Amino acid sequence: MYASGTESLIKQAREIQEEELQKFYSRISKLVHTKDYGNETVDSLQRLHLIVSATKYGRTIPSDLYKKLQALLCSPSTPEQIQVLCSGTLRESLPIRVHNLSTEDIQDSRTINYVAAVILAQAGHKNDLTALSNQLLKSLESRQPECQISRHVLPILSKVISFSPECLTEDHINLVNRKLVDWLRYASVQQGASMSSGGFFTGPRSRQPAPLTEVDGAVAGDFFTVLCVGQSYTEDQWMNMYAFSMIRKWLLTYDTEGTGNADAAHLKRAHYMQSLSQDDRSEVDGSVMSMVSATSSSSRLLPPKERLREKAFEYCHRLIEQSDRKAQKKADTELQKACLVEAVTVMDIICKEDPSFVYRAFPCIKALYGRLNAELAFARVVLPIAQFYLNHSETAAVDSEAVFRQLFSQFPGELFNESLLAFEFTQFCRANVAVLQEGVALYRQSFPNLLKFLAWNSPALISEFAELLPSLLCPETAIEVLHSLLDLPCLAAALDLQLRSASLQAPEKTLWDQGPKVTSSLEAFRQPSYRGMFLYILRPEAGTGDTIDRLSLLHEVLADMAESPRTVQCAQTVPVLLHLFFNTVVQFADKKLINQLVLILLERSGLLFNIRNYKTEVQRVFSSHLLVLCKLHPSLIVEQSRELIDFTCTTANIYSKEDLYIHMVWVIGEYLSVSHDARCTVEQITSFFETLEAVLFEIMQVRQLAGPPRYSPRLITVLMTTLAKLASRSQDLIPRVSLFLSKMRSFARSATVASCFSEEDLEEILTRAHELINLLKLPSVAQFVLAPSARGDSPRWHRDSNASLPLSMRTVSSLLHKHGSFQHC
Amino acid sequence: MVHCFLIHTLGPVSGLPVGGSRILFSRVFGPEEGEALLNTPAPDLCPEERRLLQREKLALVTRQVRSVCGLQREAGGRPAVEAVLGDESAALMDADSGVFRLGAGDPFPGGVTVLWLAVQAVGFTLVCPPHENLLLGESALRSLARVCLENLRLLGPGSEVVLKSDRIEAALNRLLPHGQLLFLNHRFAQILDKDLAAYMAK
Repeated sequence: MYASGTESLIKQAREIQEEELQKFYSRISKLVHTKDYGNETVDSLQRLHLIVSATKYGRTIPSDLYKKLQALLCSPSTPEQIQVLCSGTLRESLPIRVHNLSTEDIQDSRTINYVAAVILAQAGHKNDLTALSNQLLKSLESRQPECQISRHVLPILSKVISFSPECLTEDHINLVNRKLVDWLRYASVQQGASMSSGGFFTGPRSRQPAPLTEVDGAVAGDFFTVLCVGQSYTEDQWMNMYAFSMIRKWLLTYDTEGTGNADAAHLKRAHYMQSLSQDDRSEVDGSVMSMVSATSSSSRLLPPKERLREKAFEYCHRLIEQSDRKAQKKADTELQKACLVEAVTVMDIICKEDPSFVYRAFPCIKALYGRLNAELAFARVVLPIAQFYLNHSETAAVDSEAVFRQLFSQFPGELFNESLLAFEFTQFCRANVAVLQEGVALYRQSFPNLLKFLAWNSPALISEFAELLPSLLCPETAIEVLHSLLDLPCLAAALDLQLRSASLQAPEKTLWDQGPKVTSSLEAFRQPSYRGMFLYILRPEAGTGDTIDRLSLLHEVLADMAESPRTVQCAQTVPVLLHLFFNTVVQFADKKLINQLVLILLERSGLLFNIRNYKTEVQRVFSSHLLVLCKLHPSLIVEQSRELIDFTCTTANIYSKEDLYIHMVWVIGEYLSVSHDARCTVEQITSFFETLEAVLFEIMQVRQLAGPPRYSPRLITVLMTTLAKLASRSQDLIPRVSLFLSKMRSFARSATVASCFSEEDLEEILTRAHELINLLKLPSVAQFVLAPSARGDSPRWHRDSNASLPLSMRTVSSLLHKHGSFQHC
Repeated sequence: MVHCFLIHTLGPVSGLPVGGSRILFSRVFGPEEGEALLNTPAPDLCPEERRLLQREKLALVTRQVRSVCGLQREAGGRPAVEAVLGDESAALMDADSGVFRLGAGDPFPGGVTVLWLAVQAVGFTLVCPPHENLLLGESALRSLARVCLENLRLLGPGSEVVLKSDRIEAALNRLLPHGQLLFLNHRFAQILDKDLAAYMAK
């Protein structure tokens, strides 16, 4: 619950008057001057922090107060709470004086930490961070006892390098490489000293340090990792944890070099391995070695970078081993998963840099996959494993088929409702889209499965799928993808039913006897007679057919899901994807495919799940792409004349999909011509003409009989123009169309029409009719005006008949005028 | 490396535009990673403008979280629950969570992954670089949310979240130092919790 009190506090902080603010500043100034760290100071500093952070505009703190806060921040004797507040306030306020702050003379690790927070937050330029990073590195270099090093040195360094990697020189990098090796691989294997003092009489006990355990309680078998448990930890064990937490970032930043170098490194490694037998100091007497240490290679004399690679690799290897243990605490089970993801990813990075590691990594990764693949709970760990296979299976000649089969066949179908997995899965696809498209046949084939993620999580994943969709399209899949996109809301509904059905314990009773009539979609889902339909919608792979016959039955059965929020949200994403679909398909579609697509547009424009606005939106997309398809392949009007006539002669289409209908009429007028296809015959033009003439006649009649027209005036003008266009190409038809057009005046004057269409609309209809009649009086001019040559393809010329006609008319009339005036002269 | 941590509202707030979200706490850990790639961190902006830009970016993130969370709750058929005081852990168990991506330049130069956790009407959000370990991020976000709920009575009517923000800072400093996600096993976590409890007790 968000309290109005909080809101008003924020408002007050934003709107505080300058005078009051100055007073407040001076009060705080006094309080901190007296080194009073009591409640009043804390309270005032908290309010100050609120005042500077509540607004998006920076506030400038007076310089004396600024200095005092800075002094407090930098003094190790200041209580932590005050330091936190000073650090927060300085971070949020102006002026920015990063250069005034220095960690130079500060030894206290907590203080360095809070000072660094200010420097990092305010750094605007990499130079601002150089001093800080130099200081940190100096503290690493000096051979201080470990406890003197700020635990946070690694997180700070990590932040510095993510902003400006060039802050560190080659020497610095080597230094950190060496330190990381020490922390990662050679942290103590005993527990840290316990803090407990003994009983009242005994005094502090000096206890024998106890060994660390694994997460399952067994004594730790090898070197320390983040999966080792102890009552308390030594400083180097803490550093071990911080080091592993940043190792990925570090390797990604500084472990990059050409593979040529990696070869050299490999040679070096081979050399050192020969020359040395044993060097690792980790081999603690008496401890039970795990496989990792037992196979650890000698690496002491390797250059720091290669040595870190080696040790990081061993660390990851050990983590993977340790993750096989059954953790006693749930938190540790979760950590094991996170560690596996990190370990596999780090191994991947190392293998990319030095392919010689691939042969060592694969047995371990393969075994890990073997261990995890049966458990869906580890699905998110399988993604980095799949990435590893994708990157390296070729090098190691390992078969990756099984991994991808599980990935694409099993995960989307069974785990579509896990939003984080869904996200990571799509990220995996995005990151590897080129390789998957080319090298993994299963990827494209599994698109029905992949779409399940989208159907279920559409708001979160729409932008991911907008990127992935083109990669799923090819001539073989295009048609099926189109149907699947149109059925996406059905898929969302079916997935919902699938989950609900599974959550119902054993079916209450068999539903064989209920007959075909069902009362709810859930019931239908469980009915054998609908099984085939649902199996199709929920199919995992492409190739079982582009669509099914009884779609309308499916829509009927799912009717009670049409308003479910998930279905509606899913339906809202479809138009975006359809646009993308057509834009992609036209890049590779041949004439055959375009013909098929147009037929699907006609068929599916009415055969859609009945969700509010869904049909209208889809039809709008269809309309705009119909124009593009026809422009690409104008012959389709001739080739599909039967279907187009069927579509246009059905006046019901006007009422259910007017937009698409108007566009269809327009493309007929535009492209049914010998100039676009030599096969176009007079008979064809006549039959289209007669169809449209009958339609126009019919809707004008119906209007006068029944109630007000349920179509727009635009339909009438487009129909008239199209009739005129067709007549201009088969001039026997001209008298018929002229006669028809001349009747427009009486039509427009009728009472029902006048009451529905606005004055301007009627005017428009009459003007158009008049223009066309006049135009058709000069058949040869009409032919030119009404059928612009294909070459006149400039964008504005004939994109829209409404726009192009007046333009052409003007051109012609100005020509005639000129001609006339010439004669007069 | 996490870029920033946010606590913000998910319900309607009077005075905010529809769909807006009030940021109750924000902590940006440092300059953006993408800026480094461009090597020109907003070159012609003065500190004040830079701050303004940063704030607007955060506001955009929280609006997105609010919207995505609202849609997810709607789709899941879960009506907004009224706050039950003193039952923070149950509220955390019931929390919705999710993740989405903001593409490069939209508005962060290198693109980011946004991980969110919605406890009733309060949102906790981590803005991470694109390839962060999300399993680890989730557990860090949950720990932070737990600490904040327990110590700031966020689900109640009080205003401690804005007045005692130092507690959140102290928690961040331990559990997410400078934005570094940590691999904490249960013992590491307990030790840090104890240290934090000592801070809160003061």
